[in-house]
Amino acid sequence: MRPKFQLLDGALVERILGEAFELIENPGVRVAPYVVELLQAAGISVRDGVAHIPEPIARRALHSVPREFFLYDRDGVASVRYGGDAVHFDPGSSCLNILDSETQKARPAESSDLVRLVQVAEMLPQYAAQSTAMVCNDVPAEIGDWYRLLLVLLYSKKPVVTGAFSATSLHLLLELLAIESGGSEALRLRPRAIFDVCPSPPLNWSEFASQNLVDLARAGVPAEIVSMPLAGATAPVTLAGSVVQHAAECISGVTIHQLAQTGAPIVWGAAPAIFDMRSGKTPMGAIETVMLDVACAEVGKYLGLPTHAYMVAGDGRVIDAQVEMESGMSAVLGVLAGINMISGAGMLDFLACHSIEKLVIDAEAIASAQRLIEGIEPCTETLATAMFAQTGLSGDFLKLKETRALFRKEQHFPSAVIDRGFAHSDDATDILKRAQARVEELLAAYERPGLLTDRETEMIAFARRESAKVGLAALPGIQCTEEVATPAK
Amino acid sequence: MPENPFSAMRQSIVDGAPDTASDLAREALASGVAPLEAINEGYVPGMHAVGEEFARGQMFLPDMMASAEAMRAAMAVLEPELKKQGAERPNAGTVVLGTTKGDIHEIGKTLVGTLLTAHGFSVHDLGVDVSAEKFAAKASEVGADIVGVSALLTTTMRNQKGVIESLERAGLRARVKVMVGGAPVSRKWADEIGADGYAKDAMSAVALARELMEAKVRLAKSPVLESA
Repeated sequence: MRPKFQLLDGALVERILGEAFELIENPGVRVAPYVVELLQAAGISVRDGVAHIPEPIARRALHSVPREFFLYDRDGVASVRYGGDAVHFDPGSSCLNILDSETQKARPAESSDLVRLVQVAEMLPQYAAQSTAMVCNDVPAEIGDWYRLLLVLLYSKKPVVTGAFSATSLHLLLELLAIESGGSEALRLRPRAIFDVCPSPPLNWSEFASQNLVDLARAGVPAEIVSMPLAGATAPVTLAGSVVQHAAECISGVTIHQLAQTGAPIVWGAAPAIFDMRSGKTPMGAIETVMLDVACAEVGKYLGLPTHAYMVAGDGRVIDAQVEMESGMSAVLGVLAGINMISGAGMLDFLACHSIEKLVIDAEAIASAQRLIEGIEPCTETLATAMFAQTGLSGDFLKLKETRALFRKEQHFPSAVIDRGFAHSDDATDILKRAQARVEELLAAYERPGLLTDRETEMIAFARRESAKVGLAALPGIQCTEEVATPAK
Repeated sequence: MPENPFSAMRQSIVDGAPDTASDLAREALASGVAPLEAINEGYVPGMHAVGEEFARGQMFLPDMMASAEAMRAAMAVLEPELKKQGAERPNAGTVVLGTTKGDIHEIGKTLVGTLLTAHGFSVHDLGVDVSAEKFAAKASEVGADIVGVSALLTTTMRNQKGVIESLERAGLRARVKVMVGGAPVSRKWADEIGADGYAKDAMSAVALARELMEAKVRLAKSPVLESA
């Protein structure tokens, strides 16, 4: 039996959905001019920029969403499954600061930091996908979106969770992905990336978010709605009320998306938080935030849709007990909730800072959580009596063949980041030092995946062309340009 | 009139009770209390008490919003009378506020504006997604003492620097103080971009605005400046 964690019963989910359908019709949802014609053609009334979506149209859209789809790695292997109770993790995204590995103080992130993070995440099986994790401050903001993606594509073979901060940059990101995939059709058939698209709470699909939904649907590249109600500030203070708002934002987004292209892949995603009534901050590690994540996903699963949530992030400003308590707790609840993609690992300080050391510590929490959902299974004919028949009361189970055959399946073995009293742990008594050592170990073992190809040459040519437009001569963070510039004959 | 009207006024602010606050203001005027006296002896001490309770963790943001609303209700009664008498509440400072370009989050900024107004500042709220040039133009138009720039996103906080540069280009930087805030913003960031101050929450934004005004006054009185 796979263990599960559930916060809502069926009756409450129905109430949530009932009110969400009410909200999207009245007061309705603010939408951008880009989608007005599309909505009106479907029979949706749009007045003063507000769409009033009738429930039957929204239900049809929800019905046409694929229940399952895959993201593919660089080799074309389907390695991330969105759908059912599959659970995957990726690092948090678009962070401005990095907790410097040496000083453990926050500073603006640069391209080389993103490359290091990607290399470490590449080596950790706990992360099924990469993310465009950091904003590279050594790159002009105008090209930041595609540049982050380029770095990830060059240094990783895993699928990527990404996003665009403008409608214009979305097209450049799609162009880059199409080069990497061998064309737009290949990208549509075997998407390497999924794009986060965020409505602005409450109930507002801004110009670029509306456009991203439509353009992604038409390109056949998966979209991940990341609705972010802030309970008590931009959403009702009650957790149930915020889940209603989240559902309304997702349903309206799905409606826009499916009207643009029926059957295009889309995910019911969430990055909700409570609004702290003393600091005005949005604590990602608060238990109520985690409850919102789980509840929002439950509603999506009730509708049969693929799900996503933002978890495994802590709020302290350094790697400490608070940060790891918060991150570990939400990793456990996230897997128990069966959320398909859980983003946020590595992040701290209210999502303002990334840490590569935290990323490796979080990987241990994730591994434990993944072990948890394997549950307790009877894997011998009798549970214990046959083994007792061999040992009697001597207690000598260590030498049993069952022990040797099954201990690897029954027990998860953490890396040296976790102090289990194993010899290597004696060298570093605190977890930060062990994490730092682990990061260096992973970086030393990292090899850039795959061979240089014509596609990479084309990607670098794309980068040079687009960088030149903003006067950027070099390509920070990319060490393989010389090889790419002179591909092997 | 209650036995101790000023204490009741103070309490109406602490309770966040706009109806009580405005009723007490009307009663005070009817019984001949000077409006400025009601403000300074009754309502302003109420806001101070709220600030102190907030700092001690005993009051929360919704409580403070309600107190600011009560303050606004009282002022709506008292200000017309003040004007009639040819007086006005001393302006604690003129502030231009807004959320930076590309960012449509307004909770924090609005909260700061509400509290600054309640504490006697004249606030010009430009709203959200405000360009650097618009900040500078408004600051010039109203003769701002302070420009407050909010950003909730890591991607838009960089535009706070653009506001400072815009003030510099407009030749206003020497006389306009800049304070920054928002979830991803830190004191270190404020220092990096050359802001005059960083406020971690709405209440400390009020304290910061007061400090910045005091610094301005000190600078204005400085003999170096006078001789320059």
